[in-house]
Amino acid sequence: MADEVVLLDFWPSPFGVRLRIALAEKGIKYEYKEEDLENKSPLLLQSNPVYKQIPVLIHNGKAVCESLIALQYIDEVWNDKAPLLPFDPYLRSQAKFWADFVDKKIYDLGRKACTTKGKEHEAAQKEFMNCIKSLEVELGDKPFFGGETLGVVDVSLVPFFSWFSVYEKFGNFSIELECPKFNAWIKRCLEKESVSKSLPDQDKIFEIFVDIRKKLGME
Amino acid sequence: METHSKKMAEVKLFRTWSSRFALRIVWALKLKDVQYDTIFEDLSNKSPLLLQYNPVHKKVPVLGHNGKSVAESLVILEYIEETWKQNPLLSEDPHERAVARFWAKFGDEKVLPSIWEAFNSEGKEQEEGIVKAKENLKYLEEELKGKKFFGGEHIGFADIALGWLAEYENVFEEVASMKVIAEDEFPLLSEWKRTFADAPIIKENWPPRDKLVTRYQAFRETNLLNKAPK
Repeated sequence: MADEVVLLDFWPSPFGVRLRIALAEKGIKYEYKEEDLENKSPLLLQSNPVYKQIPVLIHNGKAVCESLIALQYIDEVWNDKAPLLPFDPYLRSQAKFWADFVDKKIYDLGRKACTTKGKEHEAAQKEFMNCIKSLEVELGDKPFFGGETLGVVDVSLVPFFSWFSVYEKFGNFSIELECPKFNAWIKRCLEKESVSKSLPDQDKIFEIFVDIRKKLGME
Repeated sequence: METHSKKMAEVKLFRTWSSRFALRIVWALKLKDVQYDTIFEDLSNKSPLLLQYNPVHKKVPVLGHNGKSVAESLVILEYIEETWKQNPLLSEDPHERAVARFWAKFGDEKVLPSIWEAFNSEGKEQEEGIVKAKENLKYLEEELKGKKFFGGEHIGFADIALGWLAEYENVFEEVASMKVIAEDEFPLLSEWKRTFADAPIIKENWPPRDKLVTRYQAFRETNLLNKAPK
């Protein structure tokens, strides 16, 4: 029986990008459905009644919501290729810990770093840089968090790349100068087709942030 | 036998007596009959060992196993599940596993904060908080249709993650003089609370109720004071 895989997504969403990368890494054919978040489809509302958010992975009619949960699902179902998690339980727990860390910290702090001013901005930026530094330590000398290949931490984190250059501009810091190791990791990820083809257009993301800042009265 | 005893060797749980997150780990270890040592932490004076085992978040619970540490309660639960395979908490079916993880996360990200918000309010603000909390709880009520536990016939991953509802939530309701999970509005959830609270292993490990009441009374007083206009 052929697998039917549908991804409900919204083009700028870093959470959606995570699933696009994972599906590409594993060579899974799927139907991409762009959602209009101002006018959500009945399929989205039915598939994710609790959060009504993207991304949602629908596999043979069954929905999986929340991007990190969907990454684990993808890894468990299509376990014959490109594993996102290591085999050893302890190493798996470390990968899950850091993916959870990315979820808890990177999105919120990055966003705060470029949509706030004054003390709030300074605090968010400082904490954001500390998080990047912690991630650098975890990366160590490995090419990727997953070792020689992309793992769940890489897949969870790299989608925020589209936002990093925005954070840098509005946050007034340089990842390249302050975290060269992290910068090198970003470059290695971008060399992967699954990543480069899944990331949204950088300029369009920039426009979104300019818009947000305007609405907040910051421009 | 040798492998079994190697796995059993040196399991440490860093916890506080009251942490509802640490309680998840107690339940999981005991349901799987894993022997472990407990280290009670004073969070105002964290031990060097805790800081070494959880340098990133510096919180409890942390599980130490053969010198290696795992932090974040839901991550620890998965580690326990993968290391000690007896009495599984998760189904073998990937979709059912995803659903269990979803409800565990929903509990932590939505249910808990909304109830906590109502707990730390009074008057109209509390009323509004309760309405919000009930909106979240409705999804749990729906999920329990036709099931004894979130895990089906047996206690599973989601039950363990949501287990605090079976006792701590009662304490919150008592201390804040509020009713959130009423029998007539949430018959299935109310029944689940009773069944879970009374289940073997679970019922033997609740922290003392009176101590919890005192503790949360103090929290509420402080939180209300901090909210008051200065």
